[in-house]
Amino acid sequence: MDAAESAKPGVSLLNNPRARAIAYQALLCAAIAALAYGAITTASANLKRAKIASGFGFWNDTAGFDISQTLIEYSITSTYGRAFWVGLLNTLLVAAIGIVLATVLGFAVGIARLSRNWLVSRLAGLYVEVIRNLPLLLQLLFWYNAVLNALPERLQDSIRIPGGGYLNRRGLFLPEPVFGSGAGIALSALVFGIIAAIAYRSWAKRRRERTGFAPPVTVVVLALVLAPPLVALALAGFPVAFDYPQPGRFNIHGGLEILPEFIALLIGLSTYTAAFIAEAVRAGLLAVPRGQTEAAQSLGLSAWRTVRFVVIPQAMRVIVPPLTSQYLNLTKNSSLAVAIGYPDLVHIFAGTVLNQTGQAVEVIALTMAVYLSISLFTSLLMNIYNRRVAIVER
Amino acid sequence: MTSPVIRMALAAVLACVATAASSQTLNTVKSRGVLNCGANGNLAGFGAPDAQGRWTGLDVDFCRAIAAAIFNDPNKVKFVPLSAKDRFTALQSGEVDVLVRNTTWTISRDTTLGLNFTGINYYDHQAIMVRKSLQVKSALELNDAAICVQQGTTTEKNLADFFRARKMRLKTVTFASPDETIKAYDSKRCDAFTTDASGIRSEMRKLANPDEHVILDDVVSKEPLGPAVRQGDDQWFDIVKWVHFAMLIAEEYGVTRANVDDMRKSDIPAVRRLLGVEDNVGAGLGLTADWAYRIIKHVGNYGESFERNVGQGSPLKLPRGFNALWNKGGLQYAPPML
Repeated sequence: MDAAESAKPGVSLLNNPRARAIAYQALLCAAIAALAYGAITTASANLKRAKIASGFGFWNDTAGFDISQTLIEYSITSTYGRAFWVGLLNTLLVAAIGIVLATVLGFAVGIARLSRNWLVSRLAGLYVEVIRNLPLLLQLLFWYNAVLNALPERLQDSIRIPGGGYLNRRGLFLPEPVFGSGAGIALSALVFGIIAAIAYRSWAKRRRERTGFAPPVTVVVLALVLAPPLVALALAGFPVAFDYPQPGRFNIHGGLEILPEFIALLIGLSTYTAAFIAEAVRAGLLAVPRGQTEAAQSLGLSAWRTVRFVVIPQAMRVIVPPLTSQYLNLTKNSSLAVAIGYPDLVHIFAGTVLNQTGQAVEVIALTMAVYLSISLFTSLLMNIYNRRVAIVER
Repeated sequence: MTSPVIRMALAAVLACVATAASSQTLNTVKSRGVLNCGANGNLAGFGAPDAQGRWTGLDVDFCRAIAAAIFNDPNKVKFVPLSAKDRFTALQSGEVDVLVRNTTWTISRDTTLGLNFTGINYYDHQAIMVRKSLQVKSALELNDAAICVQQGTTTEKNLADFFRARKMRLKTVTFASPDETIKAYDSKRCDAFTTDASGIRSEMRKLANPDEHVILDDVVSKEPLGPAVRQGDDQWFDIVKWVHFAMLIAEEYGVTRANVDDMRKSDIPAVRRLLGVEDNVGAGLGLTADWAYRIIKHVGNYGESFERNVGQGSPLKLPRGFNALWNKGGLQYAPPML
């Protein structure tokens, strides 16, 4: 039904398909809005009747509890609102690092599974089958106890890490760089270097595609990223001091502290998700017809270039959509942290804060909204990437 | 787009809250034929199923006493094991009629959760346990020590208050379940473990070598543990409150499970009123005249329940301390039954 036909004069509005479609949509929207309004007012009236406090008035009250890992300034006297941000950042930290590790491991295992070496492919297959078929919670508890029991329990027996670090059952303690004045210039030099590297890389790609000659990429990119900040630091006379961890009576304090809970959660999440990613990668690589490889070889491309420029770009079209859902799974699964004492959003906010304020409706609704936003944002990024690798119809 | 769905689900849950809270709890319990009791399920001495699957404990006895008063049968109770985190929601939503789960009475819980605490059935305090090998004599030495805490309790905040008031550095590691918490302490993730003193005695028995640990004398906080009910039903509030008082009065006058039938022939006016021989004091509660007799007959008095579950007759061997009767140097005191 095209627009010209539906706008024909003389046809009653009731029989106009376009008008009817709009009317149905509007009715549906109104119904949903009414339902939502009714739900909210009923909920707040019921809370009031049951004399349960509601609203976000607690947000600026003093939290009064300690959190073991804080990426931003937080103390016992900080507010519940601050505790929320601490929990959120802890979730994002473990999710971001977990996604990177899971991707690297997943691609390695997925490729290994297709290896012509019998031992390598069977080991990769064993890994995928074992990890994929065990509940994640069990794996997390296993890793947590494995991490704890593998590390020295006494402060005196800590493993010394060259450069002033310690490793024991309380965590990994590293010297923390403290930047003095002049470090800001180095930071801007780093940003400049990264921008230059990106520009160079896209120029190199265009040149390769136009002329067939590939300019060196890796070495130049590394140099562009690393050289400017190092030069800037050298000019400023290296304004970097280190905060060294110091052993006390019970624990090591100062420096950069990495909790065993974090390490266990990171290992558990990334090995688990990697098994699924490996299967997606294997499927993607198998989806590229063998003729593509043979064609590339007959053109004289080296084995590496065949994989890099012929197989992988085509495989990515198949890999990216399931990869996205694995990234989302990893982020959502990070809420299992509560079982092994890692202070993520669910642990801090939907756990301790909920219990101390008693405001379940507000806290749970906000926590759900946060996970939803993280997932939608991840999907958005992956969809943009997917559009770039998808087949361009000519 | 999804948020209305979430709110709808929450609203649906809350719609049930209102109906449960405004109706007469006693009538609901009677017509259901069973009391729904929110209990711990994991704390030996207070609330946990034993080897035969039978629930026992001081808090469990409290619920059995309520059931005995209503139904003349201490077994007409459905125990709902609740975590520290879920317990208030379960009571608010009407899933349980009464919450007797070693729950600390605080002003914010009493005023913002739509609940009322009916009294204190165990006077406790928060304490700290450490390994003997650390040679720590007082909690004041624990500056910078790692402490394992269970999440969703008053314990977390009390500990922070204790350290903050003394300007000491605090390092906590918190876990959702009590089992994970004590396991982490046992595997030396932490130097110390903290919870209510009675809870430590109970959890201690889960350690590999309980003898290698010591409970410090320091009192981190007061922990008055008591039953709670929903606001808005005064009759039910009175029933739960007076079940506790009846058990105290029985102990005060020496009425026990063994002698309760003989005591009905007693000449002491207070005992005659307690056991419903004269003056129907149960009428105001909506219960029968012999409601307290039923409690003593089936469950016993407070002292009997205490000794059986947490005192000398139990593995915990806790002293009566503050939980002795007021005339024996303790704090347990019941208003007169007149």
